[in-house]
Amino acid sequence: MNFRNVDRRRFLKTTAIAGAGLAMPTIFTSASRAQEFCNMPTGGSVTFGFSVPLSGPYGDEGADQLRGYELAVQHLNGEGDGGMLNTFKGSVLKGNGVLGKKVEFVSGDSQALADAGRATSNRMIERDGAIMVTGSVSSAEAIAVQSLCSDKGIIYMAGLTHSNDTTGKDKRRNGFRHFFNAYMSGQALAPVIVDAYGADRRAYHITADYNWGWSQEESIVEATESLGWETAERVLTPLGTSDYSQWLTPVANSGADVLVLNHYGNDMANALTQAVQFGLRERQANGKNFEIVVPMFSDLNAQAAGDAVKDILGTANWMWKLEDEGTQAFVRSFGQAYGHPPSQSAHTGYVQALLYANACERAGTFNPEGVVEALEDFEFDGLGDGPTLYRGGDHQCFKQVLVVKGNEDPEDRFDIQDVFQVVDSEQILYEDDKWGGELGPIRSQC
Amino acid sequence: MDWLILQFLNGLDKGGAYALIALGLTLVFGTLGVVNFAHGALFMIGAFCAVVFSRLVRLETVTVDPERLSPWGTPLEVRTPVVELWLGDFGTFLVQYSVPLAILLAIPVMLLIGWAMERGLIRHFYKRTHAEQILVTFGLAIVLQEIVKASFGANAIPVYAPPAVSSSLNLSASLGIGTDIFYPWWRLIYLGSALLIIGLVIAFLQFTTYGMVIRAGMEDRQTVGFLGINIQKRFTVVFGIAAVVAGVAGVLYSPIVSPNYHLGMDFLVLSFVVVVVGGMGSIPGAVLAGFLLGIVESFASMAAVTRVLPAIDQVILYVVAIIVLLTLPRGLMGRKGVMEG
Repeated sequence: MNFRNVDRRRFLKTTAIAGAGLAMPTIFTSASRAQEFCNMPTGGSVTFGFSVPLSGPYGDEGADQLRGYELAVQHLNGEGDGGMLNTFKGSVLKGNGVLGKKVEFVSGDSQALADAGRATSNRMIERDGAIMVTGSVSSAEAIAVQSLCSDKGIIYMAGLTHSNDTTGKDKRRNGFRHFFNAYMSGQALAPVIVDAYGADRRAYHITADYNWGWSQEESIVEATESLGWETAERVLTPLGTSDYSQWLTPVANSGADVLVLNHYGNDMANALTQAVQFGLRERQANGKNFEIVVPMFSDLNAQAAGDAVKDILGTANWMWKLEDEGTQAFVRSFGQAYGHPPSQSAHTGYVQALLYANACERAGTFNPEGVVEALEDFEFDGLGDGPTLYRGGDHQCFKQVLVVKGNEDPEDRFDIQDVFQVVDSEQILYEDDKWGGELGPIRSQC
Repeated sequence: MDWLILQFLNGLDKGGAYALIALGLTLVFGTLGVVNFAHGALFMIGAFCAVVFSRLVRLETVTVDPERLSPWGTPLEVRTPVVELWLGDFGTFLVQYSVPLAILLAIPVMLLIGWAMERGLIRHFYKRTHAEQILVTFGLAIVLQEIVKASFGANAIPVYAPPAVSSSLNLSASLGIGTDIFYPWWRLIYLGSALLIIGLVIAFLQFTTYGMVIRAGMEDRQTVGFLGINIQKRFTVVFGIAAVVAGVAGVLYSPIVSPNYHLGMDFLVLSFVVVVVGGMGSIPGAVLAGFLLGIVESFASMAAVTRVLPAIDQVILYVVAIIVLLTLPRGLMGRKGVMEG
């Protein structure tokens, strides 16, 4: 080919025609694929993504959370007895799916790890077209998935995550948390334990060495010290430790008269069991009975701790023994479906799925911009936690917190704990900028 | 004084656990020359023998009481343990002493698993490199732990020590010390059992003809073979013994840490550190290093120490390993020529 005959004008003309020709098909295809927002459902169904740990140390809690989600999908689609759909005040859900579309779901194993959670959520968003992702049992995975969903223009409804950071410094406009947090645990529990054990106490903290553990320790130390307790020692232990004996033996001679175990899951079960084995509860220190406190209880792992749980005070987001009509309805549906009472992990998952679906119905769209608006400052009741506010400033739910106590005389294997006190939401309120962070803009495009 | 006794006891206790697993690892390495990364899984399976035995003796008959309802509205299930129903007081004894009695289940089970592992997989890798052995046995460990997880779930399952020894012993009364020193009975029993098992294995190797042949085989397998002794068969027996030691250690450990599928992995890496510090292939070295590292770890975890050196408790074993290997490259009691090219 001879390029010497090509002048500037001819080159520009040819290039323009060629460019227009190449662009033509993409104009048509992009027009046909135009989406108002990421993963906009076009058929008769809409897909929810459930990212829960099915393996790893929180595998059982993840599995129970997934049961909660599955039950929620059934109820949203009008199957079963409807569960808390019948008691949900503030609901416009009709039991015919969401916005007339049948709810389907995909699930993935997050392993309670940040990277695995991101990978499985990404797959659900990109491959399966999930309109919303929900689920977690660790704060690390919740924060990571929340950030991913925000970047992808997807709504994230957090599962079980208790660190202050999830709706604190790491909050996102696309992320919402129904579960309570470490600060709330501290504020709810401190007055109860000070009342039960006295104001003149010295506490020894043994804490899981990761984001949630630090958050929990800081919160309970702050709350108890403000009521007169002293902190004798703060010791960090690696996450996933099985034998705590080397950290427990110094407790007895530390001058402390309370041991606070800032652990969760298997770690909580092991640390608590071993603390009791070391005779700490039989001891006297500073002229008082030695006490053990577990600020954040895992109801499923409390079963693993067995008799060691008896009489131990801690907090919980929700418990199946509550007597309100929402809880009763949920326990009935869940128990009949699975043969055991639901855990707080299952409850928060179920509620988050309903809250998201209801927000879509109220907004009349799946577009995250409408959904976020519908969820912010939404007030509701009848979902087992009493009157609740989804605060717009940080996307954190404010509702009652339970102080629970290990049952002295259990009647059966599910009868591990009792509700000791229901703490009103006003007692655990805080400013929405307490831990910094910015919600940022709503994102709705992939 | 009391803190010293408590930390020392705790160190011995941890050391006992390390030494028991390291003993089995060293036995297998010293005889078969195999670096067995599945050894921790054997410890975990032993712990689950206690779970299985405990569940067997707690098997319940379920009757439905139509007059009482469960919280979800179905007729209430009333559960009664079968052995207590059938055997009365003896049934209660079986339930309460399920952990020590589980050893009777663990011994044949671990022998069988050990034999199947050695014959079915590990013998095919005798002449392979250590890297290949590590890969295949690590893979086996993951398979075993996933099987256990699929069967028993991911959460820890509580197993209880007999009620008579579930509390703590007040050592101050026994030792005539003024202040109160409590130490869990079962941990003391565990320590005693660890010393007994270690003593029995060493005595078996040291004072029996069978053990003498095994020791000779460890030194020079070829010459023992020339004498017409099937040393390979005896080494297979050693693998079985190592599996039983790990399994029994797991059973006895189950009331201390509720068994979970990850238990073996928790101990495996630490036990390899113990073996390396003790000297590859040296049984007395493994035992000595096990107790030494247990005690060092215990004292390093004291708040007074971690205040000065934060997180030292989490790395102290590796720091000690580095120091030992820099000063004694073969470990504390390592033999010349083992793992030296």
